[in-house]
Amino acid sequence: MQHLWLIPALPFLGFLINGIFGRKLPKSLITAVAVASVLLSFGWVMKVFMTAGDLGATPVTEHYFTWIRSGQFQVGWDFTVDKLTMIMLMIVTGIGSLIHIYATGYMAHEEGYYRFFAYLNLFMFFMLDLVLAANYLILFVGWEGVGLCSYLLIGFYFVKQSATTAGNKAFIVNRIGDFGFSLAMFLIVVNFGTLDFTQVFSAAPGKPVGTLTAIALLLLLGACGKSAQIPLYVWLPDAMEGPTPVSALIHAATMVTAGVYMCTRSAAIFTHAPAAMETVAIVGLATAVFAATIGLAQNDIKKVFAYSTVSQLGYMFLGVGVGAFSAGIWHLMTHAFFKALLFLGAGSVIHACHGEQDMRHMGGLKKYAPVTFWTLLTAALAISGIPPFAGFWSKDAILVAAYQHAPWMFWVGAVTAGMTAFYVFRAMFLTFFGEYRGHGHPHESPVSMWGPLAALAVLSLVGGYLFNVPKILEGMFPIAEEPDNPMLLTVSIGVGVLGILTAYYMYVVNKELPERIASSFSGLYNVVYNKYFVDEIYDATVVNPVIAGSTTVLWHGMDQGVIDGIVNGVGTESKSIGGLLKQLQSGNIRSYATWVVLGAVALLIVMGVSAMGFAAGVGR
Amino acid sequence: MPEALQALNSGVPVSWYLILSAVLFALGVGGFMLRRSIITVFMCIELMLNAVNLSFVTFSNQHKLVSGHIFTFFVMVVAAAEAAVGLAIILTVFKNRGTLNIDEISSLKN
Repeated sequence: MQHLWLIPALPFLGFLINGIFGRKLPKSLITAVAVASVLLSFGWVMKVFMTAGDLGATPVTEHYFTWIRSGQFQVGWDFTVDKLTMIMLMIVTGIGSLIHIYATGYMAHEEGYYRFFAYLNLFMFFMLDLVLAANYLILFVGWEGVGLCSYLLIGFYFVKQSATTAGNKAFIVNRIGDFGFSLAMFLIVVNFGTLDFTQVFSAAPGKPVGTLTAIALLLLLGACGKSAQIPLYVWLPDAMEGPTPVSALIHAATMVTAGVYMCTRSAAIFTHAPAAMETVAIVGLATAVFAATIGLAQNDIKKVFAYSTVSQLGYMFLGVGVGAFSAGIWHLMTHAFFKALLFLGAGSVIHACHGEQDMRHMGGLKKYAPVTFWTLLTAALAISGIPPFAGFWSKDAILVAAYQHAPWMFWVGAVTAGMTAFYVFRAMFLTFFGEYRGHGHPHESPVSMWGPLAALAVLSLVGGYLFNVPKILEGMFPIAEEPDNPMLLTVSIGVGVLGILTAYYMYVVNKELPERIASSFSGLYNVVYNKYFVDEIYDATVVNPVIAGSTTVLWHGMDQGVIDGIVNGVGTESKSIGGLLKQLQSGNIRSYATWVVLGAVALLIVMGVSAMGFAAGVGR
Repeated sequence: MPEALQALNSGVPVSWYLILSAVLFALGVGGFMLRRSIITVFMCIELMLNAVNLSFVTFSNQHKLVSGHIFTFFVMVVAAAEAAVGLAIILTVFKNRGTLNIDEISSLKN
């Protein structure tokens, strides 16, 4: 026994302690419990990694108890660890630990310190449950749980109207995706009779393609909700209302990648449904381009990185869709490094500028916050795909796989990569170069904040080369043949460099140029600046009709008309019938007596008649 | 004792007892419905109970079954208890209202 249950149980213990007693505990103890529980969990993952032997050949599976048993159908509380899970476990607990440490500094002066860490630990519990699950239902428990924690943490500043609205939005949009996921599970139960991963995947090749396609598309709908893909991506940019460590941990590094993980886990289903695979690739590519263009024109530093996250998640889905599952997971990992770093760096920048998030009121921070600058620069180079930084390796792997699948996908992906480099460096130049345009005196963050930044910077630098995921996962997924095509490599590096240089020219050398471009293409600029009015379109086509229908039909019609009508009608009818019977209660005792006598006489008559009838019957 | 019973059986026919019982009961019912004084109404109730008692013992004797006697004792016990409670209520009503006219005592209405 490897006691895998300890991995999620430790953060859960931290959640219980901080959640129940946190209000009364001293701050140092809350910090200790929150950070130690995640660090211990990370340690246990390492211990499992060291002692479990070859995970590729023999995955560790542990059965704790049978949760549901109904006829032939069984769902057990099972955890399993293979190489894919191990990678995810290391990302979640490793990045999670760093972000917990960072948050102790970032949240130090906030109200509800214990509440924040209780939620964060609860999130770790559900995320680890999601990753460790050995069947779809356990995965779904974690899937819903992380959604709950995401909702709680987006709305952490619950006195702010926009924060609670954003939390609601995230939760409701995710319901649409989860609806798809539930339907997929029902289809799996009907067709396979089990939800267990190994059984489903071994039986998958024998099933009709139509069934598998339906399951895969419904799973994709679930993944679109959780991983913020078109058409359900709208919640993620709003989710930036939460505290920055939450954006880094949940909405960049771990939770939003759950959809990619789930699709990769279900590779056996997807590979036998080519139409679904094509859909995944197209959805991913479209999201990547779409979100990248929006990112070009945002002024809020966290919004830029949020759209960048949506875009990078699109890349991962592109990888999955073209069959390069391991490349997708590789990008998931490197993205976790550099995007967590970007967000934590952004948090550090916001901290330095006393809560300012608008990049137009920043600038010149290079000399005030050098550590933040250098670490953030590492992340920016990594996301731009400049070798040897982490993002280069995984992005290149995806683009190569896309080229083999369909060359046009490669070209679209490459253009997106160029845009990515441009908007990230636009943010860098606006924030760190030029003169400080904000108020107060910017300052460097404490060591508890830049320590994790430094660790992530190292990972962003060497993480891609050091952890060659496709090699690690070679047994699970077919490794893509590396074509000897220097053109691809040149293009993918070239667009990155081009993007950076363009940003440098526009925001450092010739600062009036962006204004001029914006005014000469004002129509296009406004559309992009307003995020293609997608939120407004959704409001007009979905949200408002639903609200109107709920108000007129469900509220006024169904609830007030039918349900309240029935309840009140029963009351009024009883009252009017009672009003008739009330006449009997005259209060005159002798009239009561008369009724009694009449009743007795009536009874006697009935008895007499029936007795005579009985006698007649006997006599005949 | 057996001689007395035989005399009873042979002397007075059963129907006479029953007719007496019915007459007493009817008197009770009539008084119950028509009289205004609570005391009289109360006595009429007792009369009805005793009319029933009479028919119980009659049938008991006729069928040579002891259960009729036992019923009678039960009825007497109930009647005694009822008399105690009923008279107490009547007394209290009279103290508070100063009247025993049944038509004037109707405050439970509404």
